[in-house]
Amino acid sequence: MKKWSMQGFFKWLNNSESSTKVISSIIAILGGLLVGFLVMLAIDPSKAGIGLWTILTGTFRDGTRSFGQTIHYSVPIILTGISVAFAFRTGLFNIGATGQLTMGAFAAVYVGINWTFLGPLHWIVAVIAGALVGALWGSIPGLLKAYRNVNEVVASIMLNYIGSFLSILLIKTYIYNQELARALSPAASAYLPRLSQLITTHRSSLNFGFIIALIVVAVTHIILNKTTFGYQLKSVGFNRDASRYAGINEKRNIILAMTISGAIAGIAGATMYLVPGRLMTIESSLLQEGFTGIAISLLGLSSPIGVLFAGLFYGALEMGGFYLQVTTRFVPQIIEIIIAVIIYFSALALFFQKYVQFVINKVVPESEVGHE
Amino acid sequence: MIPVIEMRNITKTFPGIKANDNVSLELRPGEIHALLGENGAGKSTLMSVLFGLYPLDEGSILVHGEEVEIKNPNDANKLGIGMVHQHFKLLDNFSVLENIILGFEDTHRGFLKYDEAHQKVIALSEKYKLKVDPDALIRNISVGQQQRVEILKMLYRDADILIFDEPTAVLTPQEIDELLNIMRNLTEEGKSIILITHKLKEIRMIADRCTILRKGKGIGTVTVKDVTNEKLAEMMVGRKVIFNVDKGPSKPKEIVLEAEGLTVFDSLTRQSVVKDVSFKLREGEILTIAGIEGNGQTELVYGLTGLKPIASGKLLLHGEDATTWSIKKRNEEGIAHIPEDRQKYGLVLDFSLENNMILQQYNDSRFHHRGFFKFDAIRDYAERIIEKYDVRSGKGPLTYARSMSGGNQQKAILGREIERQTNIVIAVQPTRGLDVGAIEFIHNTLIKLRDEGKAVLLISLELDEVMTLSDRILVMYEGELVGAFDPKKTDEYELGLYMSGSKKTEVLS
Repeated sequence: MKKWSMQGFFKWLNNSESSTKVISSIIAILGGLLVGFLVMLAIDPSKAGIGLWTILTGTFRDGTRSFGQTIHYSVPIILTGISVAFAFRTGLFNIGATGQLTMGAFAAVYVGINWTFLGPLHWIVAVIAGALVGALWGSIPGLLKAYRNVNEVVASIMLNYIGSFLSILLIKTYIYNQELARALSPAASAYLPRLSQLITTHRSSLNFGFIIALIVVAVTHIILNKTTFGYQLKSVGFNRDASRYAGINEKRNIILAMTISGAIAGIAGATMYLVPGRLMTIESSLLQEGFTGIAISLLGLSSPIGVLFAGLFYGALEMGGFYLQVTTRFVPQIIEIIIAVIIYFSALALFFQKYVQFVINKVVPESEVGHE
Repeated sequence: MIPVIEMRNITKTFPGIKANDNVSLELRPGEIHALLGENGAGKSTLMSVLFGLYPLDEGSILVHGEEVEIKNPNDANKLGIGMVHQHFKLLDNFSVLENIILGFEDTHRGFLKYDEAHQKVIALSEKYKLKVDPDALIRNISVGQQQRVEILKMLYRDADILIFDEPTAVLTPQEIDELLNIMRNLTEEGKSIILITHKLKEIRMIADRCTILRKGKGIGTVTVKDVTNEKLAEMMVGRKVIFNVDKGPSKPKEIVLEAEGLTVFDSLTRQSVVKDVSFKLREGEILTIAGIEGNGQTELVYGLTGLKPIASGKLLLHGEDATTWSIKKRNEEGIAHIPEDRQKYGLVLDFSLENNMILQQYNDSRFHHRGFFKFDAIRDYAERIIEKYDVRSGKGPLTYARSMSGGNQQKAILGREIERQTNIVIAVQPTRGLDVGAIEFIHNTLIKLRDEGKAVLLISLELDEVMTLSDRILVMYEGELVGAFDPKKTDEYELGLYMSGSKKTEVLS
């Protein structure tokens, strides 16, 4: 009986397209944690073990509060991750999530400050404004790619800077708070409702953004896997020539994919700033969330559900980093090192996949493997 | 007599496949030894091992009776082994002489000894009757001449064991005759030759002995004189092979596709690569466009199917002007297209087989309801094609196209295109790189389509295929149609003259 089930496991290892990919993502995570641990060892060997423990368990340290906070941290990253993943599935590398996010955030905050007449719909309209402007920003590289064959990577990188500086100009012109040298704060009606308003025992800052993220995960998952629209997008992404041969309008699909990708990044921007206490700045540096989204997209194997879990993992690391700072002398930048190493390892995923396949081939007795 | 090369019990494994499984080969001095096998039988792997491109897993190689280790092509060159690859490795904008000496330059204080090299090349080309101008640029000489340059390259390096990898694939019948003569001259001068091929006719014409590979295993070595072609084919394929295709006379009916003075530009150079091409295609016939690769056939098909815009001229489908129709519209209005490059155009390799089966029809109401797929309907449809066209794969409709063999990929495309129920089928080199079984199947399917009253436009480089399948033949040379033939009243040699541009007649469609 036991032998039989081992064979079943080997079969899964060997046949499942996803098994090697999932394993290589896990290797990437372990590699990142290992390097983080080594760095802590180098700084203070006596506390490295407790440091690693703190990072891994931060999420569960303070009951629902730390758990909710973990999810809260992960929301913008899940959204930017899906933004990148969605484009990637259609063969496009959207490195411009940051710019789309910044422009979306400005639109959301602008609506949040000025359109107070909307009453209970205020925050919803603000999020939609973020999505629309993000979509607009994302559509520019899409249009350039479709009609002028401009590489979307170059175009979207440039639009990151244009978006960043344009938002500074717009903030200073329309919604500037001279005293704080930051943007004004949105009206309370524009804040995403906190879940603690619904569940009174809940104490974290977790808000409706997570619900929005879940909806985006579900919608993108359905589009990509169940619809003719997603089929076209993926077909163009996998093989542009064959799609053209089959009569699929590749230009239209490129533009739509970038527009949707931009809209999701715009929503991410809205969820970041439609909260009390976080104000848009006029610093001329790019927001990191867009780039982290690339890593999370890689780690989540470009699937919306994978990105959801990878994003939650990121939230857990952030939370762990918070406690790391509180309980040990380590700086929270350790977390950034870990994430950076995971990015490297994720980028090496192809290598891992080959290696994992190689190991599986070695381990699984040859007679049990049916070759085509 | 010591064999010049002995490969003993060679085994070479790639991840997931045994490319060579305990294969032995013995090359005697002065003989032409054919290596016969279908695509994927392991011929190229075996020769790559001999040429030092892959290390061997098991077995040994003896050259002139001594065991050797060949780690890279330089080792092979030192042992006097030379190889003419199927795809020539020449620099276009270098002269013949420069290409020959490249990597083997003799210098005097850092300066090339051009004159000596020049003399040596001329001496070699006279000795072996390899006529070629040493000062011509590669891009200005014909494919046949380029092949001679490759041969001269080997001779210049004093190779006496010559490997030819499918050397006739790119040649016209006349050029093939010349090549075979050259090979005879070479053996008379004491060289030994291994000829990799899957063409029985050539083996019959020139080879002394023949080693047959099938699915990585050595099936045996035979003296060509002692066996029939049927026996060779059986050893190659593993079962009896019927050479003749059953084909009755054609009954052409309505004109369904008409090209009037079609011109198509190359997208890079803006030069016309299809020049003023006119023809008519009727229901119930197989019209073949023959020609050597790269004479505009590909672009003509792109123009017909919409993958490239038609620069001037007119395309009529069922009498309607279709010159500016989109690819989608042409698909829907009756063109099925079996593309030349099945992996680039024919399939989305990272899609499952069932997803590939609806590539043009995903938007058909049979397969979706308000944009949401009816997965059961897709599965049924794919399974029907898989069964009807005998598409073999590991996981049926869920198999990724990438993991299927070339023959099964092609059968899947064929099935998809035919099941769309169009009445025009454009098949571009549909049997390229396939094994005998798949070729038979595809030939019979094309003839069946014709008999059902569909119009078949076949683009083929293989003259055997052209002669067996066609009802009418057009020859294309440098973007123009240069001759129209009835297959019953012509032969491969006449076609060869037109294909190489030596002859030309006005084609009236």
